[in-house]
Formats: sequence, C-alpha cells, structure tokens
Amino acid sequence: MNFKIAFTILLTISAGGILAAAGSDWLNQVPPREQQKTNPFHDQPQAIQAGRLLFKDHCAQCHGDNAQGMNKRPSLRSGRLQSASQGSLHWLLVNGSVRRGMPSWSKLPDQQLWQLVAYLKSLKVEE
Amino acid sequence: MSILKSGGRNPKLCSSFLCLSLSVVAVLALGSVCSAQELPYFVTYSANMEEPGNLEIATKSAIGKPPDGNRFIGASLEFEYGAKAWWTTEFYLDGATVAQDSTIFTGFRWENRFRPLAREHWINPVLYVEFENINGANKSLLEVVGHDGAADFVEGNAGGRQEKEREIELKLILSSNFKGWNVSENIIAEKNLSNNPWEFGYAIGASRPLRLAASPRKCVFCAQKFAAGVEIYGGLGDRSSFGLHNTSQYLGPTMNWTSPSGWTLSFSPQFGLNDYSVPRLYRFGVSYEISQVFEKTRALFRRGEKQ
Repeated sequence: MNFKIAFTILLTISAGGILAAAGSDWLNQVPPREQQKTNPFHDQPQAIQAGRLLFKDHCAQCHGDNAQGMNKRPSLRSGRLQSASQGSLHWLLVNGSVRRGMPSWSKLPDQQLWQLVAYLKSLKVEE
Repeated sequence: MSILKSGGRNPKLCSSFLCLSLSVVAVLALGSVCSAQELPYFVTYSANMEEPGNLEIATKSAIGKPPDGNRFIGASLEFEYGAKAWWTTEFYLDGATVAQDSTIFTGFRWENRFRPLAREHWINPVLYVEFENINGANKSLLEVVGHDGAADFVEGNAGGRQEKEREIELKLILSSNFKGWNVSENIIAEKNLSNNPWEFGYAIGASRPLRLAASPRKCVFCAQKFAAGVEIYGGLGDRSSFGLHNTSQYLGPTMNWTSPSGWTLSFSPQFGLNDYSVPRLYRFGVSYEISQVFEKTRALFRRGEKQ
C-alpha cells in the first residue's frame, strides 16, 4: 500500500512537470524591456574570445563546435537568431526554452552570459 | 585513511564493483567532457538541472567521528542524468566504512527533480522526490532529518545493516541567482514506509564563483574556476515533536574547483553546532560530466555497423 502511495506521488509530480513546461516560440516571449537591454561587452574582442571558450564548454556539445547545429539542435548562425537583439539572446540564455530542450543557463554569472552573447553575435550568418 | 580497516568484504560485491568501475572507465573514454560549473554544495540542492542528455558521475564522501564511536566514512557514487531540460533523474549507490569494523554496501537511492516553471524567476522552485532503500549503517549524510544525530553513527555495521530503511523523501527546492550569488533553500520531508512519522529537515546554501567574468585565455587555476560558499543544514524533528530540540545541526564553508578537463573537486569542513551532532565532518566530492552520453553511444554502434 505504501509503495502505491509513493508511486502515485511520483506520477502526479511528473505529470505536473510536463504540463507546466509548455511554451511556444521563444522570440515572441521576450518582454520588451529585456529586448532593449544592451551588452556591456558589445564588440569587445576579449569578451568575444572569452565567450568562445564558454561556448566550447557549455554549448558546443549540442550546437556543434562551430555553432552550425547538430542532431536536430538549431544552428546559431541562422539569420533569425542573428537578427535578434542582444537583450533577447541574453533572455534566452537566462530562461532557456525548457520544453524544446534548451536548459536555463542562469547558473552562469550575468557577465559570462553577456560574453556568450558577444560571441554569438560575432558569428557569420549561414542559411 | 590508514586507520580504517576494511574487513568483512563480500567477493561477489567486490566483483560487482570491479564491473561497475570498468563500465565507468568505458563511458569516460567514450564521452566528451564539458565543464560543469557546479555549485559547491554537498547537502543543499539548487534549481540547476543537469543539461539534457548529459551524465554526471560523482562521488561524495563524509568523514567523521562520533564522540563515543569509531571514525567512519560514508560514501555515495551517484549517476545524474538530464532526461529533459525540466527533469533530472539520479541514482545513488551508498557504502560505509567504519574503523575497526568493516566496509559494507548500505543501499541505493533513486531521485527525480522536476522544474515546474518554464521561466526564470526571482525564486525558482524545483520539486524533488526520492525513494531510498538503505539500511541503518548508512553514513552518507546526504540529508539530516528528524532527530538524526551522532548516536546513529555509534552502532557497528553488523548491527546497523539489520535495520531496513525504505523511505520516501520529498523536498521543495527554492533557489535564486543574483549578481553571481546563488542562494538555495531546501525544505525536506521524509517518511519511512513502515509505520513511522514524517520527519523534517532543512538545508540552506549560498555560494559564488570567485570571479564572475570569464577569462579570454584557457586557464587552470584562475579565479573563475573556483567557487566558495557556506552551507547550513539540520533536522527539524518529526510530526509529533517538530522543532530544533534534540536535532543535529551543521555549518561549514564549502569550496570547489573545476579543472579544464571537466573534473570538479569539492571540499567542505563542517562543524556540529550542538552536542547532538557529530563534532566535525570533512566532506570530499569528485564529479565528472559526460556530454550527450547516449548520442555518443549510438554513434559508436553505428560506426561499428558500417565497419
């Protein structure tokens, strides 16, 4: 009987998690205030280089070494992503797109997230 | 360490550990590494989930000596897998060594963590549910609940292993990230599936990397690779006697270092805050994260088929 209770609790929490994780296209969800945020490291070569190393550590495993995308994970060199504001990219890193498999990177300090954004913005567009 | 004698070993158990070790080595050779940027907590959970597809293999050890007992090491081998961005599942194997006594396997745990909210908030909740099948000789101290205390560590392994503890544990994990700091609070409720009352506990941790911005150069011992903080945790009694009376409480600084090759080493000296606690605990942790472990396994098999 106790095992049934434990199993029911596990199942209920799992179902709640699935329902709560619903979401849609991330770019439409970025609040205007976040879109307008500016990158304190914008166009700084050292920040871009630091961002490249961070990308290799945290992002390349899913998006590929050159950010070209792999295994159904999107390219970060797409025109759509490159036309997004730096604030929007920062918002995406902070929040992730949990339903679509992109985790939140809020565990990284804000400075490192902006360094990553500086690197992403330095990538050439490849459609 | 030399003071610890390990006797009473079971040959079958040793061969199982050998197989397990070989499997771990094979997986390590297979996967590529990613720097995990772990928080330095031993007991406290944050809202950070394992990245989907990644497997983290870690050991956590607690060394202590109760006032009227022998020195002990409680150890856990943990496998943490990011099933989804909102769901992390983890499996533990626990063991214990007691000086002048023996080394034994003390049970397993299976835990799941769910992130119910899709967005980042000022306080981020995570729901945690765990099933434990351990025995009374377990000394891994992964949480402290109820009236757990130093007296629990006095009994030898032979006596302790007779006591079965099949428990369900629930945690509400609350976590905030602000200006590089992480502050996490855990509220713990644990129920032995036999007819015992709910027991309660808590854990609070705060930590920060020593440097917030990343270096543009590869570095080994630069400040960004270190994180430091403080952790406090303890029991809160049970349903019939809620509160701090006759509970053990611990406090200590904690720190970790992540190597460029992906290993994270953690250390924390922790101090019992009352007579009910083990006076001092030394905790060590080693972890290694393998990225996209199943994709790489599949790729390896596909390559084998082509050849």
